[in-house]
Amino acid sequence: MLSPKKRRGLTFAALSAVSMLMLSGCGSQIAVLHPEGPVAQKEFNLIVWSFVLMAFVGIVVFGLFAYMLIKYRASRPGIEKTYDPNIEGNTKLEVTWTVIPVLIVIALAIPTVQTTYALKDPPASAHDPIEVDVTSADWKWIFQYPAQHIETVNYLVIPAGVPVKFMLTSVGPMNTFWVPELGGMEFTMPGADLGLWLEADKPGVYLGRGANFSGKGFAHMQFNVYSKTQTQFNQWVSTVKSKYPALTMNEATYLVKHQGLSPIMTFSSYPAASVAQNQNTQMGM
Amino acid sequence: MLPHYFNHLFVSGIDIYIADVLIILASISIVGVLTYFKKWKWLWREWLTTVDHKKIGIMYILAAFAMFFRGGMDGLMMRTQLAVPNNHFLGAQHYDEVFTTHGTIMILFMAMPMLIGLINVAMPLQIGARDVAFPYLNAISLWTFFFGALLFNLSFVIGGSPDAGWTSYAPLAGPTFSPGPGENYYLFGLNLAGLGTLASGINFLVTIIKMRAPGMTLMRMPMFVWSTLITSILIIFAFPVLTVALSLLSFDRLFGSHIFSMTHGGMPMMWVNLFWIWGHPEVYIVILPAFGILSEVIGTFSGKKLFGYSAMVGSLIAIAFLSFLVWVHHFFTMGAGATVNSFFGVSTMLIAIPTGVKIFNWIFTMYKGKVRFNTAMLWSLAFIPTFVIGGMTGVMLAVAPADYQYHNSYFLIAHFHYMLVGGTVFGVFSGLYYWWPKMFGMKLNETLGKWHFWLFMISFNLTFLPMYLLGLMGMTRRMYTYPPGLGWSHLNMLETVGAFGQGFAMMFMMVNIIWSIKNGERDLTGDAWDGRALEWATTSPAPEYNFAHIPMIYGRDAFWDRKYGKDKAKYTLKAKPYTPIHMPNNSGRPFLMAVAFFISFFGFVFEWWLVAGLGLLAVFFFMFSRSFETNTDHYISVEEIEHTESGGGRS
Ligand SMILES: [Cu+2]
Ligand SMILES: [Cu+2]
Repeated sequence: MLSPKKRRGLTFAALSAVSMLMLSGCGSQIAVLHPEGPVAQKEFNLIVWSFVLMAFVGIVVFGLFAYMLIKYRASRPGIEKTYDPNIEGNTKLEVTWTVIPVLIVIALAIPTVQTTYALKDPPASAHDPIEVDVTSADWKWIFQYPAQHIETVNYLVIPAGVPVKFMLTSVGPMNTFWVPELGGMEFTMPGADLGLWLEADKPGVYLGRGANFSGKGFAHMQFNVYSKTQTQFNQWVSTVKSKYPALTMNEATYLVKHQGLSPIMTFSSYPAASVAQNQNTQMGM
Repeated sequence: MLPHYFNHLFVSGIDIYIADVLIILASISIVGVLTYFKKWKWLWREWLTTVDHKKIGIMYILAAFAMFFRGGMDGLMMRTQLAVPNNHFLGAQHYDEVFTTHGTIMILFMAMPMLIGLINVAMPLQIGARDVAFPYLNAISLWTFFFGALLFNLSFVIGGSPDAGWTSYAPLAGPTFSPGPGENYYLFGLNLAGLGTLASGINFLVTIIKMRAPGMTLMRMPMFVWSTLITSILIIFAFPVLTVALSLLSFDRLFGSHIFSMTHGGMPMMWVNLFWIWGHPEVYIVILPAFGILSEVIGTFSGKKLFGYSAMVGSLIAIAFLSFLVWVHHFFTMGAGATVNSFFGVSTMLIAIPTGVKIFNWIFTMYKGKVRFNTAMLWSLAFIPTFVIGGMTGVMLAVAPADYQYHNSYFLIAHFHYMLVGGTVFGVFSGLYYWWPKMFGMKLNETLGKWHFWLFMISFNLTFLPMYLLGLMGMTRRMYTYPPGLGWSHLNMLETVGAFGQGFAMMFMMVNIIWSIKNGERDLTGDAWDGRALEWATTSPAPEYNFAHIPMIYGRDAFWDRKYGKDKAKYTLKAKPYTPIHMPNNSGRPFLMAVAFFISFFGFVFEWWLVAGLGLLAVFFFMFSRSFETNTDHYISVEEIEHTESGGGRS
């Protein structure tokens, strides 16, 4: 088959292609390849590992493919000499290209399963986690901070370096809650509360959006996540507490039931009955 | 009293008016041409009532082409809207309708009928049969698919298109969030077409099990037949799930049940499960026949036996088996838990193994061969790298934690277009160029074909490769617009250019077809490409009865064997006398029954119960009258066979 020299050339080409792609992937606009928190980082590591494995497969396949096309084209002089219409297979080769993919799948499956389980738990941190209850409505994001008892709409403030437990639900069509720089998405579903751990390494602004189609206003369901230091975060909470109005039940109902976009909003408290978590089934849309 | 939904009946909008006018003009010209050339009788006798698998196959392909055009226009409209940020070419509502119909039409009314058409054309010939096992049922399949597709497309001009995505997730697709008839069209159009597909699955399965020519053991069947057999099994297991899911959602919408609703204990996630229990096998239903085409084409144009035949069969079976164990990978992000996600992630990765085996076997089929680069072969060859790219990114998507970042993003869109265009559509084009002479007795032009190929292949990559990157940049599917400043704009523009390039490339195929009807090289031998399987052993196009004598088979690649193999002598036909051939009668009932279904389901869409009921009554009437029909078949006389075989009966 391929001479060792050719093979080395191919490997070199492969490695340089991979590294080039990875380098270009460091542009900050490619959010997924630019993780800003431990969860996104774990997912990124898997993305890189799976990409490397697949790039290896791809290079082998593309190389073999090109080789066959060139070597056995009908127009090549002397093709009749190599032509052998009676080949039916080759057990050794077939075992090889079954066993190697099995090994690759094992090499991919082990870290996949490990990470899948690891992401169930909060990222390791010296700080106690905080909780944010997320509700997707038509077509806005409602964020409630149960411990602080404040509510925001269409933007989110979190302390950096602190694991955040997002509890996700929906009072309308399904959606998904996605902040690519902080980590992957999870569904919001009516009648269910799904948990998602995220954490930002440092202060910054990250773009989040709904990623599962939920109707006309879906494309505009975008929100900013402001990551602040713990001190700034505490300040922000007390400002909200002192400067912003309380959410009335009427407003809360309007937010949930009115189909339309919403500007960003801030409320110093919210009525207990407006909590979507765990009571979707009674909400009655 | 006005019937419910009456105010929804006529859709307004400038493009709708244009469509209305075009539809009326097209209908008038079709009626005009048929009347002027006195072709009504011909249309009815030769086509609408036929039970001949080859003609049914051709009609499937024709309808699929029309749907390809419609779905392609939807695609171009989407790409036009997304070409620049904050564009206002389409509004949100309109865009939502367009991506819903694009997805639904491309998968259910384009890819599947295209493949079922090719199966109809080639499979019975490849096993040396006179027709499929149930020719009458075959016609019912065709016409229920056709009128299902018609019903679905009608939504565009009457009542409004569905807009909840081709996946139609509840509760978005439920009565609360999708009022109006659009979603009903989706449910009833798909259900009607699905009925036909299920019947096709049964029909093909029985045909392959029972109707093979003497000597053709299972392990001597051409790989396309094997892929049809496995596809049929997938259809038989998967489609009933779709039928049930669609019917349950119809109950929610029409009769106020709460199966998938948010209240009264409804479970929206149950829809997601049911949809993908059908949906994942469905993607194999549209890819396995393409695998089969590839195996035929690469073997033929390499002048070689298929490398690793048994491994190819084994991997088909493995893929089919695994395809029912992976559906949760469509919603890793629905909180099923780490154990479930691990299971479905790993089971999905496992599919890569048999798929990889197939890829290597195709590549090694060229080993020590003589590779001819005909257009049919180019499409099959291009399939390999594009499908590998799609497959590799598919494995990346199977990594559950990484999928949290890809899910619903353009990364996913890129992946499945590499599978469904780079795989299925390339395979279909390969099959069309390959079997064109068998269908119509002439080859398509190679120069135009190569233009079609290169333009389409390059534009395809231009359209879909940047989507991987856009997904990683955070762009999600089904956004009708996006703001500037996210770094998405240039890539989107590039994709739009690519999309129009694909549209332009398709014009070469249309021109090619028209040119070749008049000037194409006639295939007088019946063996246009120095073929290997039995479809090349009869004339092009094949006579109504396919083979005057049912062929005897002594090995794989039966026709090649007869021409060049060591068993050549066994095939030498002694001039046996012809005997009368038993064939099924034509019937107009399948067509009329599908019309009745269409009327009934149209009634259901608008909740006009009287229309729905009367239509169903007519359906039952046709079923009933069929069961009392005694005159169902006839014999083709020896004189007629002699006349046909001597070339006199060939057009
Ligand atoms: Cu598409
Ligand atoms: Cu799938």
